[in-house]
Amino acid sequence: MLTLENVSFEVQEEKGQKEIIRDMNLTIDDHKFIVITGPNGGGKSTLAKLIAGIEKPTSGKIFFEGTDITDMGITERANLGISFAFQQPVRFKGIQVLDLIRLAAKKNLSVADACEYLSEVGLCARNYIKREVNASLSGGELKRIEIATVLARNTRMSVFDEPEAGIDLWSFQNLIQVFERMRESTAGSILIISHQERILAIADEIVVIADGRITRQGTREEVLPSLLGTASAVDACGKFYQGGKGK
Amino acid sequence: MIDQIQQRILEEVADLHEVPEGAYNIRTNGQMAGRNTTTNIDIVSKIDVSGIDIRIKPGTKHESVHIPVVLSQSGLKEMVYNDFYIGEDSDIVIVAGCGIHNCGDQDSEHDGIHRFYVGKNAKVKYVEKHYGEGDGHGKRILNPGTEVYMEEGSFMEMEMVQIKGVDSTERKTIAQLAEGAKLIVRERLMTHGSQHAVSDYIVELNGAGASADVVSRSVAKDESYQKFNSRLVGNAPCSGHTECDAIIMGTAKILAVPQLEANNIDSALIHEAAIGKIAGEQIIKLMTLGLTEEEAEEQIVNGFLK
Ligand SMILES: Nc1ncnc2c1ncn2[C@@H]1O[C@H](COP(=O)(O)OP(=O)(O)O)[C@@H](O)[C@H]1O
Ligand SMILES: [Mg+2]
Repeated sequence: MLTLENVSFEVQEEKGQKEIIRDMNLTIDDHKFIVITGPNGGGKSTLAKLIAGIEKPTSGKIFFEGTDITDMGITERANLGISFAFQQPVRFKGIQVLDLIRLAAKKNLSVADACEYLSEVGLCARNYIKREVNASLSGGELKRIEIATVLARNTRMSVFDEPEAGIDLWSFQNLIQVFERMRESTAGSILIISHQERILAIADEIVVIADGRITRQGTREEVLPSLLGTASAVDACGKFYQGGKGK
Repeated sequence: MIDQIQQRILEEVADLHEVPEGAYNIRTNGQMAGRNTTTNIDIVSKIDVSGIDIRIKPGTKHESVHIPVVLSQSGLKEMVYNDFYIGEDSDIVIVAGCGIHNCGDQDSEHDGIHRFYVGKNAKVKYVEKHYGEGDGHGKRILNPGTEVYMEEGSFMEMEMVQIKGVDSTERKTIAQLAEGAKLIVRERLMTHGSQHAVSDYIVELNGAGASADVVSRSVAKDESYQKFNSRLVGNAPCSGHTECDAIIMGTAKILAVPQLEANNIDSALIHEAAIGKIAGEQIIKLMTLGLTEEEAEEQIVNGFLK
């Protein structure tokens, strides 16, 4: 479904060239649930932006469903079926949650239908649908609305960048269910960037990225055991959730 | 009496699809094209100058007055005085609006002075929409002056909208508030092409407990120019807030000048002003939803001005 071929991404800095993604090769098959993990600064978000077209590789090629999308812009890729939930969602003065979900769905959804997506991410729809996507929303609320927009798009490829960040414990339990349901219902593939053991635990495949390279890749069974207990997979919050696992 | 162009402009400025309910006065090309009065609302033409007096009886509740103006004849210039006498304890909606259709080569101009005398404890919602269209070289010019005199305990909310097609506008609004009076102003403005818009407010808070909230949201596109001048004067224990929030695009220029003057130790006055371009990440986010860059910009601007 999605293939990266020798993709590199370099930026120009004062000290010279900085290589953020180094000659990366990655294939994501149809109907797969892939989790990308690895230390902060490793290049995970950059990889997601390269897939969505927000950044363009300095070299290498990207293919989506057989089409070379390397030179395509963000809009074109979105319309081909790539969705992206930002690590840091954007605020808009004056644009309501309902507007955003309708834009995402690309149709004039009824309020009731739009509410479905909000309920799905654990927001009491009635209270949110008319709210503006502005500074009055908390980081966690914004994050969940961001996920709802990707659900509303229902595309072949959905990329989520650290969806758990800023989300409290109760919502986190629900979040796992959101992804589990999505995995059941979607015809496409899901790629989640996460540090969370609970999310890693439902992956078909895990990819570890550090220093712009893939350092490990394989099925959950192959990769997860070696990650558990290492700093890259479980942050401070993760340890907290692990403690609550038996409940 | 009202032709198709005029009808469409009436829809733009007053959301009028047919003859409005309640009291109204429709003015087209300098002439009265329709008028209706009610038991509680009287409208009479002025004798010495162009314009009307609108008298609303004390205690009038849930009635509305529509006074749209349409200019569709190129080269017409007019100066109109409308005075509103709003009786004590009334609760009413006033919809004014002016639309110019100019497809000729001469400038069309409507200058209007609206004076509001808001009686004790009266509640007024005032909506004013300005709109211009037509592809002639003639300019579409609107210069509204608004004066608001608010008695004790009165309340007025003003919604002023100018989204499209007015080449040049200079609006001056002054308000004087007595004890416990409250004024809310929401201005929305968009300029494009080489348009020029100046908006000037002077709000005097003269009575104890008076309050005002004057907020402008605007978008300046292309090479247009906007100036927002808002001055709150606290002459008594009072509270006031004024804010200008603007998006700048293209090679437009915006000057925001909020001013506060406190002449009383207990006046609490605040101003805020922000001018900035559309954040790149906002456009990128909407593009990831499948919108083009232009569509994304349009959504952001429309949302901002909603
Ligand atoms: N456009 C850019 N210019 C300069 N440095 C960048 C740019 N984008 C990312 N980086 C740097 O690249 C590294 C990887 O960042 P990122 O992809 O956000 O990592 P991760 O998501 O794994 O934490 C970081 O050191 C970051 O500062
Ligand atoms: Mg990141």
